[in-house]
Amino acid sequence: MHVAGVDVGSTATKAVVLDEDGKVAGLGLCPTGANVVRAAERVFQEACRAAHVEEFDVAYVIGTGYGRYKVPFGHTQVTEISCHAKGAARLFPGTRTVVDIGGQDTKAIRVSPQGEVVDFCMNDKCAAGTGRFLEACAAVLDMKLSEIGDVSMRSTHPLKITNVCTVFVESEIVSQLARGEKVEDILRGVHNAIAGRSVALLRRVGIEAQVAFTGGVSRNGGMVRALEERLGLPINVNDLSQYIGALGAATFALERVKHGGELPPPPRPAGAPQTHGGH
Amino acid sequence: MRTLGLDIGAGTTKAVILDGSGALLARVAIRTGTNLEEATARARREVLEAAGLPAEGVDYSAATGYGRYQDAGRNLQITEVTCHARGAQHLFPRTRSVVDIGAQSSRAIHVGEEGRVRKFKMNDRCAAGAGRFLERISRALEVDLATIGTLSLEAKEPTTISSICAVIAESEVINHVTEGRSIEDILAGAHLSIADRVVALARQVGVEDEVTLTGGLAANPGMVHALELRLGRHVNTGPDAIYAGAIGAALLGQRRLERRTAAS
Repeated sequence: MHVAGVDVGSTATKAVVLDEDGKVAGLGLCPTGANVVRAAERVFQEACRAAHVEEFDVAYVIGTGYGRYKVPFGHTQVTEISCHAKGAARLFPGTRTVVDIGGQDTKAIRVSPQGEVVDFCMNDKCAAGTGRFLEACAAVLDMKLSEIGDVSMRSTHPLKITNVCTVFVESEIVSQLARGEKVEDILRGVHNAIAGRSVALLRRVGIEAQVAFTGGVSRNGGMVRALEERLGLPINVNDLSQYIGALGAATFALERVKHGGELPPPPRPAGAPQTHGGH
Repeated sequence: MRTLGLDIGAGTTKAVILDGSGALLARVAIRTGTNLEEATARARREVLEAAGLPAEGVDYSAATGYGRYQDAGRNLQITEVTCHARGAQHLFPRTRSVVDIGAQSSRAIHVGEEGRVRKFKMNDRCAAGAGRFLERISRALEVDLATIGTLSLEAKEPTTISSICAVIAESEVINHVTEGRSIEDILAGAHLSIADRVVALARQVGVEDEVTLTGGLAANPGMVHALELRLGRHVNTGPDAIYAGAIGAALLGQRRLERRTAAS
């Protein structure tokens, strides 16, 4: 018996297939692009192929991420906040805090020992501090997104980025280049700026070890280091971190199939008025 | 007496020369670029040339805009808010509300008699509600920036742009294209998005007739239209409106010089 989670993000779509013991049997990843439904189908097929299962043999599929309602074969949907908390607790059982930096948003989530959402905060209004911000900086420097993290770690004199807005930072970088500043120092400044914004978001929910880093930007080693420095704490991250949302969705699917587990209600952000009981 | 006013903005540097009666003798606008010293020197050179004057042909000069401290030739520097208020009221004497939309910032100013600033609000932290927002959208749509305002006026049903952030709106706009929305409808939506942001600023300072639009976007007919729609009022603008900051600087410089001359 297999289950799956499909996480449709603004930039990348991820799928995880689990076997009945909860082991990761297959993974799928592709850019979301304009055709969200096709991206969801593609990663699901890819993950099934890797797991050597037929798509129709997957007992339960949960969609998550901003495009979760566009997973046509999904049995149900769970918000990405709940899925990131669940997936992080599954991958790193000591997780109490999750920082998720995706293509277009950043989330800070406080997690209970059971992997439930205690509190969360997010920025999805602006590209500052998200993957888009890194993309824009890489583009201005005419570099690949995949290389800027490593380059940033060569910096000896990190520069300070004074603007918050991605559009303004682009001009700021152009001026820094014009002044003859080193690319690695500029990039380190960029990574530090994002780390600063992420940590500010984390403070709003409270920071408690262990911290897991999820989302597409977790693949960037320079970002991991900048976050660790700013937090003063080590951060849990590995090759599966980008799939944590999908992993969480698949874990909910497995609990549902095996134990008839209840799916979590949509969590409320920090500071939102409580309508009933709370946690 | 002749005074020179310079407005060094994030996108464009504007320079004007006024005579003692406040009549405009010459005006130029050039791209600011990354070297502010160079831009100010060039704008000075070009405006003097346009007026047919030698370097010593002006008695006083005042600079405004975010690059005003980089203008080596200035006698005086003045904040943008003061200059736009004064310049707008010079161009349209009944002005009580000024909306200034530049490349990287937008302002709403409530002015009293004689162009005095009563209250103002601004956004200079983010490209939402400023010219850069439109630049990004026009780039995403692959439309020439100079034509977007006119194109937006041909919209049948403006598309709502729900993202405030210019960078996120870029991706949103591409989705709208994929969904088959027309370029004109999307552009109208983009202009309305900026109008929404600046009208929110304007409401905070109080909107009163007449309203004058200044700054780089004053030259964009789509922006004027969007602003009129959202304000439900007529909005003054014209070919000199983008020079309002520089004109204000020149007028305030002139007053300073007159006072100084009277005192000595």
